[in-house]
Amino acid sequence: MKPSGNILFCGVGGQGILLASEITAFALLECGLDAKKSEVHGMAQRGGSVVAHLRFGKKVFSPLIDPGQADFLVAFETMEAVRYLPFLHQASRVIVNTHQIAPPAVATGKMIYPADLLSHLTSRGIAVYPLDGFGIARAAGEIRTANLVLVGALSTFLPVEEEVFLEVLKKRIPRKLEENIAAFKEGRKITA
Amino acid sequence: MTKVSSKNKQWLSGNEAIARGAWEAGVTVASGYPGTPSTEILENLSSYKDVYTEWAPNEKVALEVGMGASFAGARVLVTMKHVGLNVAADPLFTASYTGVRGGIVIITADDPEMHSSQNEQDNRHYACAAKLPMLEPSDPAEALAMLKQAFAISEEFDTPVLLRTTTRVAHVKGLVATGKRKMGPVPVAVEKAPAKFVMLPANARMRRRAIAERMVRLAAFVETFAANRIDQGDRKIGFITGGISYLYVKEAFPKAVVLKIATTWPLPVNLIRDFASQVDEVIIVEELDPFLETHIKAAGIACTGKAKIPAMGELNPFIVKKALGQPTGEIFAPVDIPPRPPNMCPGCPHRGLFYNLGKYDVFIAGDIGCYTLGFLPPLSAMDSCVCMGASIGVAHGMDKALGEAARGRTVAVIGDSTFIHSGITGLINMVYNKSMSTVIILDNRTTAMTGHQANPASGSTLMGEPANAIDLAELCRAIGVKHVRTVNPHDIKACKKVLTEEIDRPEPSVIISQAPCVLLPEERKRPKTPLSIFVDNCTGCGTCVHLGCPAMSWVPLTPAEAKKLGKKEKQKGYARISAEMCNDCGQCLAVCKFKAIGKAEGTK
Ligand SMILES: Cc1ncc(C[n+]2csc(CCOP(=O)(O)OP(=O)(O)O)c2C)c(N)n1
Ligand code: SF4
Ligand code: SF4
Repeated sequence: MKPSGNILFCGVGGQGILLASEITAFALLECGLDAKKSEVHGMAQRGGSVVAHLRFGKKVFSPLIDPGQADFLVAFETMEAVRYLPFLHQASRVIVNTHQIAPPAVATGKMIYPADLLSHLTSRGIAVYPLDGFGIARAAGEIRTANLVLVGALSTFLPVEEEVFLEVLKKRIPRKLEENIAAFKEGRKITA
Repeated sequence: MTKVSSKNKQWLSGNEAIARGAWEAGVTVASGYPGTPSTEILENLSSYKDVYTEWAPNEKVALEVGMGASFAGARVLVTMKHVGLNVAADPLFTASYTGVRGGIVIITADDPEMHSSQNEQDNRHYACAAKLPMLEPSDPAEALAMLKQAFAISEEFDTPVLLRTTTRVAHVKGLVATGKRKMGPVPVAVEKAPAKFVMLPANARMRRRAIAERMVRLAAFVETFAANRIDQGDRKIGFITGGISYLYVKEAFPKAVVLKIATTWPLPVNLIRDFASQVDEVIIVEELDPFLETHIKAAGIACTGKAKIPAMGELNPFIVKKALGQPTGEIFAPVDIPPRPPNMCPGCPHRGLFYNLGKYDVFIAGDIGCYTLGFLPPLSAMDSCVCMGASIGVAHGMDKALGEAARGRTVAVIGDSTFIHSGITGLINMVYNKSMSTVIILDNRTTAMTGHQANPASGSTLMGEPANAIDLAELCRAIGVKHVRTVNPHDIKACKKVLTEEIDRPEPSVIISQAPCVLLPEERKRPKTPLSIFVDNCTGCGTCVHLGCPAMSWVPLTPAEAKKLGKKEKQKGYARISAEMCNDCGQCLAVCKFKAIGKAEGTK
């Protein structure tokens, strides 16, 4: 596994992408790697499209991932995975929550939520790992752990041992630790 | 704050690092006004012991508070976003004359690309115009280190210091080396120094000379300031850069020689001249205006900057490479999908007010806050938005231009925090100069847009203490507004009646639209019964959906499906409410004419 990489997290404001990117960053840092993470706060929090850039390696300069340079995309919502296509390259891996949230134009009946969105990625040869984050989280005992299912699925591709992630979860998750660990482990099974 | 166990460093955002740096530098007083991307600095600093922190009503007041505390000998941090410095510009230019006792550092957090701002002004010009030193860090670790240096510079050179961040410094997280708290050298006391602090012309003329001398001393100081440094490398292109752009250059051209400028003002001109003489070609990489470029060219040093590097929006390594003719590889084209703009929360009180207001034939002079989203469809109820407080002046100006025809044609819409920030003087003008306009104050008890900071109408302080809450209605009456009405924006019908009466009134009037933001802790705790649609009664008229509540959506029907549901074939669909998202505000229930909306089972 490469000891450097670029991970883009995207979703809809309020879905918990910050916690997911934070947990991932801590795990990478625990392994002695350098990392930088860029977020945008402010207006974007109110139901808009949100994104966080996480870069890791021996030494990281730019906090931003360039177009065409995201090795991993962790998408909390299906349409958002496709919105960030210009950040991907042919060997990118995309972990996507199959959950759909209607943007305003769709919710008011002006546009339709496009069908078969992920084919925009697969048709370009990009590896896509769709998963039902909420379904899996509910089965793990807590629907709010969907973000950890996604982190779990991502984790198998990173140069970080599972134990390191589990240590980070123990330190950083204040409540419902068992459910969070269960969700994380279910996520790992999807990409293992 | 989070310790990373493997190293003796912490994982901090630029804003967290600045808060930490302020504490380490011995800051005892900090004032500011929220504004992205600066807000988290004071929020974080308020959790440190032994630092007094406050939200001022606006940036001008914050800087004046900072000056007073500095005159008393304290080390002071003042924080604001870029446009906030416009508001604070009046004290800023004269703070340059008075200088300091305890060090003052003013954070200006700029927002290239306008992620959450109304313009992307480049505040480096302020340093030059106000004759103040400015430092620019590239990442959180530098932000902490430079902030501490800035305090030393402030005291040594008797000057406020500007520290400029941008969104990609303020909201970037990285590893930061932290240290211990060490108090500043100046004793806290009342020490009168009229020749320095009383800026009437005779004294100011003296101080003007002191500024000139200070700038000469500073110009010499920056030549050897270690943070202005050269990263050795290939000398074909010599890059001169600073702030976030430095990191983009390092990423795009890791082998090139780079002069990193930390002191944006004054510039280390000799260092730059020397550097330029050692490379084949000088390229200046900076975001926004050609600030470095202009001043470097003015010093007679040949360089290329904005002829190649974009002067609008943020940069990134990709843009820098492309601008300089380096290969960047093929990029997948974006897919055309529905946009996802931000939206007001389910149950937001602002929505009810805009739903009503959009139905009047009036010019809606808007302002800045969550409620600016009332501009977006389907509400589409805002006709202008300039800067904080502008709504009231704009409405009044239009009222005067329209003359007799103005009656019932202009309305200003402004949030509670924005009204206190800079709307009150506008309202005084409206009364004094006899406007026919109506001001609607959207009082949701908080400064929501920037993350729910308390303000002088909220009843608490940044440090979590209870405080006086301004009675906005009484304030407006005291100003001389005779017609002040308070409405509940969720009560669509009652609200409409008041709007009709007050908009038509040929005198200034104020409507206070009062209901708490749904994200306030008390509101979150309130038990809620989500609403739901009785599909049998829904005629698909679409009225409720045009509130634009994110909890509501539209289920399209084909004629066959409509028929199967026992509806007319031409019914295009029906509305649906997400029980998880609904916040039980009742607005949709109030607008439905077909008894198709009611309370669902159970409370959440
Ligand atoms: C001079 C200036 N300072 C700060 C900001 C950042 N800002 C934008 S809106 C806003 C406050 C909004 O609060 P309020 O008026 O109460 O409206 P709400 O968001 O609560 O609806 C702030 C601080 C700005 N745009 N301009
Ligand atoms: S945060 Fe508060 S004021 Fe802002 S949109 Fe949500 S409910 Fe409305
Ligand atoms: S009551 Fe209606 S308008 Fe209010 S939050 Fe629920 S669905 Fe939205």
